[in-house]
Amino acid sequence: MKLTKTGAIDCDMHVNVPSVRTLMPYMSDYWQDQIATRYIDRSSFAHMSYPARSPLSGRKDWRPADGPLKGIPGGGLADVQANLLDRFNLGMAVCNVIHGSNSLFNEDMGAEFCKAINIWMARAFLDKDPRLRASIAVHAQNPQLAVEEIERCAGDKRFVAVLLPLMGDSPLGRRIYWPIYEAAQRHGLAIAVHAGSTYRWPLSGVGFGSYQIEDYVHMGAQFENLIVSFLAEGVFAKYPDLKLVCMESGFTFIPTLMWRANKTWRGVRAEVPWIDEPPAEIIRRHVRFTLQPVDAPRDERILKRILEQIDCDDLLLFSSDYPHWQFDGDDILPDGLPEHLIRQIAIENPLAAFPRLAAAATISDALAGSAT
Amino acid sequence: MPQKHVVAKAADITPGHKLVAKVGNRDIAVFNVDGEFYGLANTCPHEGGPLCEGFITGIALSAGPNDYRIERKGEFIRCPWHGWEFDIRTGQSWCDPKSVRARQFNVRVAHGDELVQGPYVAETLKVEKDGDYLVIEL
Amino acid sequence: MNAPTTTLSADGKSGEKLMLADCDIHPIQKPGELNPYLSVRWREHMATFGPHVRQGLAERIAWPRMMASGQRVDCYPPEGGPPGSSYEMLRDQHLDPNGIEHGMLIALSKGGMEERNQDFAAALMHATNQWQKDHWCDRDPRLHAGIVVNSEDPVTAVKEIELRAPDKAFKQIITSARTNEPLGRRRFWPVFAAAQETGLPIGLHPQAHPGGAPSTGLGWPSYYMQEHFTFTTASEPVAISLVMEGVFEQFPNLKIAMIEAGFSWAPILAWRMDRIWERMRKEVPHVKRPPSEYLKEHFWFATQPMEEPENPQDLLDIFDWVGWDRLMYSSDYPHWDYDDPRFVLRVKLDDGKKRKLFRDNAVALYGLE
Repeated sequence: MKLTKTGAIDCDMHVNVPSVRTLMPYMSDYWQDQIATRYIDRSSFAHMSYPARSPLSGRKDWRPADGPLKGIPGGGLADVQANLLDRFNLGMAVCNVIHGSNSLFNEDMGAEFCKAINIWMARAFLDKDPRLRASIAVHAQNPQLAVEEIERCAGDKRFVAVLLPLMGDSPLGRRIYWPIYEAAQRHGLAIAVHAGSTYRWPLSGVGFGSYQIEDYVHMGAQFENLIVSFLAEGVFAKYPDLKLVCMESGFTFIPTLMWRANKTWRGVRAEVPWIDEPPAEIIRRHVRFTLQPVDAPRDERILKRILEQIDCDDLLLFSSDYPHWQFDGDDILPDGLPEHLIRQIAIENPLAAFPRLAAAATISDALAGSAT
Repeated sequence: MPQKHVVAKAADITPGHKLVAKVGNRDIAVFNVDGEFYGLANTCPHEGGPLCEGFITGIALSAGPNDYRIERKGEFIRCPWHGWEFDIRTGQSWCDPKSVRARQFNVRVAHGDELVQGPYVAETLKVEKDGDYLVIEL
Repeated sequence: MNAPTTTLSADGKSGEKLMLADCDIHPIQKPGELNPYLSVRWREHMATFGPHVRQGLAERIAWPRMMASGQRVDCYPPEGGPPGSSYEMLRDQHLDPNGIEHGMLIALSKGGMEERNQDFAAALMHATNQWQKDHWCDRDPRLHAGIVVNSEDPVTAVKEIELRAPDKAFKQIITSARTNEPLGRRRFWPVFAAAQETGLPIGLHPQAHPGGAPSTGLGWPSYYMQEHFTFTTASEPVAISLVMEGVFEQFPNLKIAMIEAGFSWAPILAWRMDRIWERMRKEVPHVKRPPSEYLKEHFWFATQPMEEPENPQDLLDIFDWVGWDRLMYSSDYPHWDYDDPRFVLRVKLDDGKKRKLFRDNAVALYGLE
């Protein structure tokens, strides 16, 4: 169905860095030298999880047909404005750059890419349209460098989250990553975990499958592993103000995840005594899910039952997943969403999930203290 | 009219121990917690596990990750199947105290003098004038 | 065998006496019990080198389980030996009082499914299969063996299937869901061909031992709570692989029983696969129909550990979505997360559905009558 409400907040849309050269001006002279002499600038950092030309990575009518950004999924600022912000009358949109550099093993190179991406994001997008917000790109596998980048960006209130890849060196609930969560909580940033892998490990517990479609279908179950990791490790006990936003996760697995987590907890509670309430309640308080891609069937009755089983209207956040091809035409919402939930999903839940969205109501507020 | 069932000698269950008492066709788990006696149905309210075969423990608590402490040692029974924890004094499940509860039975210590006047039921032991006995009234 | 009947309903009101099929019972050897089935070479190998699997600890998994090594505390035989090693105890604790008419044996331990040494694995699986028959099936006709095979070595696995299939004691093929690569990949297909040829379903049970990959795509979990959860999340990709590789186009009569793998993920997976297949089907042209159809037609699910929704009625949605002819009661005896047939359901089912779930679906799948 169409989004009739104006001012909705898109919690997960993507812009693609056109080329490595786009980022070089924002890198140190050492890294510019490395990029140039190692020919790192001569090929893209297209991500294995999102092959640039794959149908899912970009809707056909959202790829510029000509010009300097020809074929780049989602194009540039003008395309984002025309195809997304204006077309759906959005109030705000959170840009997430899924860049292949997060798979680099060299942590310093990875961190330099993140810094460049964040500066480019501020210059090329955030400065140009007051409706835009962004997640801070960090090289998650070195939490110390990640925290340095968070500190560098945190003054700019247009950054509303810290973006981590779902599958990295280790499950993200682990204590080695906690400095990132400490910094995020202190600055009022949400933790955004986006679908995808750095390919440190096979994408399933039974090894690498043969096809892209297997990786993509299975991503939902890996989000379950993520959430169970956050629960078992006690991340929310340690950081009680933290919100975990699962992006491009799907949401139909939420009920069974909650049931099983509750059931297992009753038997293993003594192993993780910091979980002192049913895990479903912790999920309802701390974990959020972006709407697109919708993984529910088109049967509205089933969607309705799933929403009833979730039994909490706070969990879903409106998202377009622009420019990924998750829907056709303007039917950005699944059919059968009840009216009261649409308002909540479109505006109230996003404001609650990303504290900075509400705090920075105006662009001048947002820019106060900007270091980027 | 409730019947007095003499189920054991008080000395048969020392503090920190338990036994199953047969009362008619009912199995009742009887516990000694620091000298006080408590009875719970020997059927876990979750899936029917024989509670008395579980572990008598304290309750593991935490102020947050990497903090572990055991409190109220000896006051909980952990079901031998799924590990659900029940407060021996109340029968309440630790994780769901409001709606999950093992059925309680009142266990009283009575002296042989009183009991021999009858009436009472003692299926498994002989009641003498001397000594203390555990009595469940049903 | 003199098994009493039992009433099924937890409320005890239903008058119907129903005998049950239990799709997941774990027998295990008493110490040394496998020795008569192994040659001198492999007995010496066992004594000298022991098992060689893909994990750091030789005698336990690296997430120590809860509750008495993951067993029902009351299942440790008084005479010694591990839970599941005493036939009498199984009979007295479970088969007789619960009215189990058919018990499917899943011999996980020492079956060679996870053993890295392929020749040793072959010796173990051969021994374990004969041991199941001698020690369990021959003693009690209620018990049905599964042909344990090591899928990593399809040639040997096929030989074992062909050897055992004519013996009616064996009702299915059992292999680990945690292979080195997802089970749908072509090197495993000879096993599917043999399964289809013999008409035996394949039962997939997650091994506690890892295969070639960490149990999550995120890396290794820290706590047993997480590892326990992966019994579902690492079973799902097996189903995805079997569907997306086109296994069921190639083997249209193949039947898969997912055991202790969860079941509530199946409808969710079906929806997800269909939505994504609409966009990406050109990548898998051999998948000719919506993926959900293969899932619906070729998969059965054992119920343990049963879902316990916050609202018990929600379970009925899941049953509806999975399909009433696809769910089969299982207990997981003697493991700690055992499901007792008297208490396992918190929702009322009509007698027809109850019969299917607790008996008839398994009887039909495994040809038990």
